[in-house]
Amino acid sequence: MKVALFLPCYVDQFYPKVGIATLQLLEKLGCTVTYPLNQTCCGQPMANSGFESMAHGCNELFVENFGDNYDAIVCPSGSCALHIKHHLHSDKREGDATHIRNHIYELTEFLTDVLNVEQLPARFPHKVGLHQSCHGQRGLHLSQMSELVAAPFSKPEKLLHMVDELELINLDRKDECCGFGGTFCVFEEAVSARMGVDRVEDHVRNGAEVLTGGDMSCLMHLEGIVRRQKLPVKVMHIAEILNQE
Amino acid sequence: MMNHSQAAEEFTHDVDRTTWHDKTLWFVREKRDKAVFQIPEWEALREAASRIKHNALSNLDEYLLEFEQNAINNGVKVHWAADGREHNEIVLQILRETGATQMVKSKSMLTEECHLNEFLIEQGVDVVDTDLGERVVQLAKEPPSHIVMPCIHKKKEEIGELFHEHLGTEKGASDPKYLAEAARQHLREKFLTRRAALTGVNFAVAETGGFVVCTNEGNADMGAHLADVHIASMGIEKIIPKAQHLGVFLRLLARSATGQPVTTYSSHFHRPRACQAMHIIIVDNGRTTQLGRPDFRNSLKCIRCGACMNTCPVYRRSGGHSYHNAVAGPIGSILAPNLDMRKNADLPFASTLCGSCSNVCPVKIDIHDQLYKWRQVLAAEGYVDSSKKQGMKVMASVFANPKLFRFSGKAGRTMMRLVPFSVSNPLNPWYKQREMPEPPKESFREWYMKRSSKEQ
Repeated sequence: MKVALFLPCYVDQFYPKVGIATLQLLEKLGCTVTYPLNQTCCGQPMANSGFESMAHGCNELFVENFGDNYDAIVCPSGSCALHIKHHLHSDKREGDATHIRNHIYELTEFLTDVLNVEQLPARFPHKVGLHQSCHGQRGLHLSQMSELVAAPFSKPEKLLHMVDELELINLDRKDECCGFGGTFCVFEEAVSARMGVDRVEDHVRNGAEVLTGGDMSCLMHLEGIVRRQKLPVKVMHIAEILNQE
Repeated sequence: MMNHSQAAEEFTHDVDRTTWHDKTLWFVREKRDKAVFQIPEWEALREAASRIKHNALSNLDEYLLEFEQNAINNGVKVHWAADGREHNEIVLQILRETGATQMVKSKSMLTEECHLNEFLIEQGVDVVDTDLGERVVQLAKEPPSHIVMPCIHKKKEEIGELFHEHLGTEKGASDPKYLAEAARQHLREKFLTRRAALTGVNFAVAETGGFVVCTNEGNADMGAHLADVHIASMGIEKIIPKAQHLGVFLRLLARSATGQPVTTYSSHFHRPRACQAMHIIIVDNGRTTQLGRPDFRNSLKCIRCGACMNTCPVYRRSGGHSYHNAVAGPIGSILAPNLDMRKNADLPFASTLCGSCSNVCPVKIDIHDQLYKWRQVLAAEGYVDSSKKQGMKVMASVFANPKLFRFSGKAGRTMMRLVPFSVSNPLNPWYKQREMPEPPKESFREWYMKRSSKEQ
């Protein structure tokens, strides 16, 4: 399968290890992966601030990078994948933009729904807390939402259960927002930080050694709090865990 | 006036209080979950309610006239008010005609929206709010902080203090039963002596001309049954076509609001008793403007259950007053900009767009999508801070240019490594309570290029 890897801008710059783990994992599972070299960002920072109108250049660039008829475009972030799925348009190549919107996948949904992964050669002997990032969960339906009267399921949990010796802990609030929220994290700093503190405490209280999730943006925010408060929990992207030997 | 972010910052300074506020409201969300998970057809009920409201909003002109005609036939006087000022004038005129200088009121967010109390007090009318929570905030001279639980921001000790001062309860007493009994006795005297009563309307039924008021304390009934004049104020969006539709909405309302199967009192009013006058005031106050905005008209489906507030992680940690609007929380944040864009431009940004609000909404309003859309409208209309706009322009140009993006990224990371203080300083809001990520020496792309060249 011909896959293009789309990495969120901050992952490229600050968390190359997450990109590396994603790439290695996809290759391990038999995909032919290309990383288009001139990619930058999905445009969400502008759009969520009210300036979707400024994202034209960003959108055209995205189509230039990913418009080559890939079987799938895989992104280790539910938030960025959701943004592309809902908002990517192009003046020049709308056909290609449509193809991209229909073929972009968040990493865990790609693994469970497209590759139909049933087992993983991974071992991770730790207690792990899973943070459900909202855009992945409520936007892309990666997991059932606690508000709805509907049958439970979870794509990231299904994958974590395939990892040997990994123990998934239960949280008091299984899908509360961490408070990152893009520019919300600086424009509403007080509430954002407080939400993050509460989220981290839930994981620590319930015995997580490792806090994981599918969106590095939420994890960057939570990790910032963990490091400031010197808490005994490690923050890792889910790709890093699924890629453990 | 403080914007939401400033008010929220002030609220969160009291860490313990924020914890308490968050837990109290989360407890209500959990009660809601327990109640709705007992109804297997819950999601179908939400869908039905949403569609009934869709029909009502699409045919509002006909249903309102049908309602008016039926109400008139029932012996009710019907008034129309274009805005809050007209509504308040009509109330005053009815009171003057009755010769009443005192009035009891039961829960009505519409009258909060119209600032009726302030207006009547200026005109020399004594208004007493009779819901326990409303009475508490009235005594404290504060607006409600929640549409269903108006004094949810107050601890029982604070209410004890307030009652000690105003109702003469024992100093230091904070037992809820004792305080509620004191309020009951205090309010009973008001009910018995007031000749005019005003209630809100939860549902107005077009085919019967009747309306339903939902309370847990029975105070709407007590007021309306003892007064010579009953005034019911309703927004135009309260209309539902048929009485049978109440079977959908009454099942949804209380479960969503508090986790109760149904409110203690669902009082159906149709016509005045002998020797009583009944008035209905139908109020627009910006609702037709909202109806004319295709992206936002669904917000008028709201039945004021407050579930979106209880589930909102931002509301729970910033308090209702931080929204500086009669209706707070996520629903308030999509209603308020319609009333005044400049004053309420901050509210659609007081959200992480997590989407929990849309999921608990019993009439399936796409609240978080509307928050996103309001942001676009507010930015286009020039109500977003110009420094933020400039920042976004710079960001947009960097992201549209891969070379500039790579250069800025590398320069930024180098700067962070060599001069950490350049970002790790108190002027950076991120750094106040969070560490910055540790900047790696090479980006993913740099690593990938090296790997590719090795492979060749």
